[in-house]
Amino acid sequence: MNMSEQSDFTIEQFYKNVLQGKLLAGKCKKCGKVHLPPRPLCDECFSNEFVWKEIPQRGKLLTYTIIQVAPAQFQSMAPYAVGIVQLEDGVRIPGMIRGVASEQIKIGMELAFDFGICTATQQWPQWPRYYFKPL
Amino acid sequence: MKGKPLVSIVSAGLSKFGKREGMYGREIFAEAVKEAFDRCPKLNPKNDIQALFVGHMGESYEHQGHTGATMADWAGLLHVPATRTEAACASSGAALRTAIQAVLSGLADVVMVGGVEKMTHRTTAEVTEFLAMASDYPFEQWHGITFPGLYALMATAHMHDYGTTEEQLANVAVKNHYHGSLNPKAQIQKEITLENVMSSRVIAWPLKLYDCSLITDGASCLILTKPELARKFTDLPVHIVGSGQASDTIGLYERETLTSLEAAKIAAKKAYDMAELKPSDIDCAEVHDCFTIAEIIAYEDLGFCELGEGGELVADGETKLGGRIPVNTSGGLKAKGHPVGATGTGQAYEMYLQLTGKADKRQVKDAAVGLTHNVGGSGATATVHIYRRG
Repeated sequence: MNMSEQSDFTIEQFYKNVLQGKLLAGKCKKCGKVHLPPRPLCDECFSNEFVWKEIPQRGKLLTYTIIQVAPAQFQSMAPYAVGIVQLEDGVRIPGMIRGVASEQIKIGMELAFDFGICTATQQWPQWPRYYFKPL
Repeated sequence: MKGKPLVSIVSAGLSKFGKREGMYGREIFAEAVKEAFDRCPKLNPKNDIQALFVGHMGESYEHQGHTGATMADWAGLLHVPATRTEAACASSGAALRTAIQAVLSGLADVVMVGGVEKMTHRTTAEVTEFLAMASDYPFEQWHGITFPGLYALMATAHMHDYGTTEEQLANVAVKNHYHGSLNPKAQIQKEITLENVMSSRVIAWPLKLYDCSLITDGASCLILTKPELARKFTDLPVHIVGSGQASDTIGLYERETLTSLEAAKIAAKKAYDMAELKPSDIDCAEVHDCFTIAEIIAYEDLGFCELGEGGELVADGETKLGGRIPVNTSGGLKAKGHPVGATGTGQAYEMYLQLTGKADKRQVKDAAVGLTHNVGGSGATATVHIYRRG
């Protein structure tokens, strides 16, 4: 990549891919490290060259919480569960967990991505949201 | 005596913490400054103080940025070089480190370092939103994860991995409220029971209202100088003998472990190594108990107990006044309060009182060596400082 060219491996592009129902990470061409979210500079070897790598849309729940007191824009959804999910290639990602009663959520349970109602907002940042659901 | 002094604290001030209705941040800062000046009659502020460093997290609260110059102006220190440091809730821990660097560099012989935040005039929803700015926006805030939510994610993992219980978390709150009841500057000076904590409403399970620190107005400051100049200003200096600071991923989700803060462990190791001291040498500590789980993780990261044993340490009373290593004798963020930018140097103020024997009802007997641990966000910044009686 030319030094002055803008990278495609950005958070903006990650969410554009989510909007298409795709979970794509950036894989460093030089050292092979997989970045989710993608980054324009590899934090391992400082390369700025990457290829897209499709990540399987399922993983294991590492930890979770049930949010009762939510920020203004999420208040209509509260209480809701959020967790951090371990995916393949050593990457993790947080998100809301839906479609399961909170008392049935357990660390270690298998979850899948749900791109169900992906719509982008009109104002910045114009990102959609993905969710997790039980497998 | 181990631990070569890096710099010496010759005075310190702390405003009353709490709901300071009708006060503006700079006015609260002036209150802390007044105490520091009154404690140190040999100091000639306008002549002696050569720089000011101020920790301040958010301009959103008072619609006021440019905090360094603002505080210098209202402290009567017009024209000194004045700089704000921002590292979320570790803003003044980072300011302290910066101030130490300024003295060690030789650029300044005497400096003031402090912190300030005015928060209570805002609604809880606004404060929640402003505080959340210290966490990752595109993957944490965007997905509805609040600040209590981030620490709840750590708590759930800690409970799962080590069998830590909600009652053990509650013990941290009960202990810190007891300590706060002995501190006339604490926001809440009232004891609470385990039952109060356990029956309080859930904020982000497993964390309940009484597991969370307070929304607070307050300010704090210290006067630092070179160790060789300390006796010029006071007969009772407190030396800073170790300083460590480290960073970590802004997103909690990217970390290898969710049950300890790597930045705090690195900062602690650096501070202990610099001071040539070990955890068992510490007589008392102020740690960043923004949530009860954070204090339990702090015990483990600082080496006060083994990994996974933090819950037992507090339940056994080891960290209460009179215990093996009293922690948060000020009441901590939990009861003294958490005006975020003021917290780091507020912790140092408590160490100054403890190590000069001025902590009154909450004095730790024969306290000679102390430690402060200040964390920004969910652990993307941590500072650790070690202090010795002069």
